[in-house]
Amino acid sequence: MSSSSLWFVVLATSALAFVIKLLGHMVPERWLANPRLQRINSLVPISLLSALVIAEGFVAKTHVALDHRAAGVAVALAALFAKMPFPVVVLSAALTSALLYHFH
Amino acid sequence: MRRPGANKGFDKNGRVPELDRATLRYSLSVSMPVGVYGVAFGAASVAAGFSVLQTCLLSLLTFTGASQFAAVGVVAAGGSPFSAIGAATILGTRNALYGIQMNPKLQTVGWRRAVAAHITIDESTGVALSQVPRGEVAVRQGFWLTGIGVYIFWNLFTLLGAAGTKALGNPAAWGLDAAVPAAFLGLLWPRLTSHYLRIVAGASMAFALLITPVLPAGLPIISCALVAVAMGWREQ
Repeated sequence: MSSSSLWFVVLATSALAFVIKLLGHMVPERWLANPRLQRINSLVPISLLSALVIAEGFVAKTHVALDHRAAGVAVALAALFAKMPFPVVVLSAALTSALLYHFH
Repeated sequence: MRRPGANKGFDKNGRVPELDRATLRYSLSVSMPVGVYGVAFGAASVAAGFSVLQTCLLSLLTFTGASQFAAVGVVAAGGSPFSAIGAATILGTRNALYGIQMNPKLQTVGWRRAVAAHITIDESTGVALSQVPRGEVAVRQGFWLTGIGVYIFWNLFTLLGAAGTKALGNPAAWGLDAAVPAAFLGLLWPRLTSHYLRIVAGASMAFALLITPVLPAGLPIISCALVAVAMGWREQ
């Protein structure tokens, strides 16, 4: 992505994030009290984070790919099951992936 | 007698009441670990192609971690600027719901309201609401201490992660390209607190895999919000 596109992402993302936060402090409580809206809103982070795991770990351009990154994510998953703290999860994934990248 | 709306964290004589040590401890225990995520964000952002300056501005100005991760994640996946901004903005909408809960408790106006809005995130709202049994002063102190604490740690460690990654060079050689999805998994994991939420995560991953070959890069990520809409439509 070009530098100007990256700047556009930085500034537009920041502006929208702030407007959303400020709106929350300004609108009457009942406006967003709709239970359906609240339910969907609580699921959105789970859906998007799940999609990001796939897009970053198992996709190359626009096709599904199993490479050194997927191995790293698998090790991260094992670390999470073993109740390891966040830094261990990330570092174990990075180490696995880097080793495969070098010796593959 | 305290006048309604007159209290901004000050007592009736206009002094700042003594800081509740338990609230302070709790705020710090939430703020400091955020630094670790800051390093991960800084690294992910530089690996995605953002400059160190752009990365630091994302943390200073956007200041909502999941949205920032989403924006750089879409860019790293080769998505368009609009997909990146869209994914980040959809993830940021929950901050509006936090603001709705926090504003009656903070009773801020003018520039203080703008500052309060900027630090209205998962952590500050979570700590503030956890202090409700301790009284309204503890709620306000919890919010401000955690919000400002996270702001300091998040930005400091974003800079460290970004500058460090810049110095390292090729992200794949250091496993950074796998550290990013692992970080997403680490952010997702503690949210999966019920069987239903695990089904939502599994369905979203399956949906993302299925639509990846048919949509331009970046769009599968934002399209997964449809899974949240479909699965949240009816009460469970």
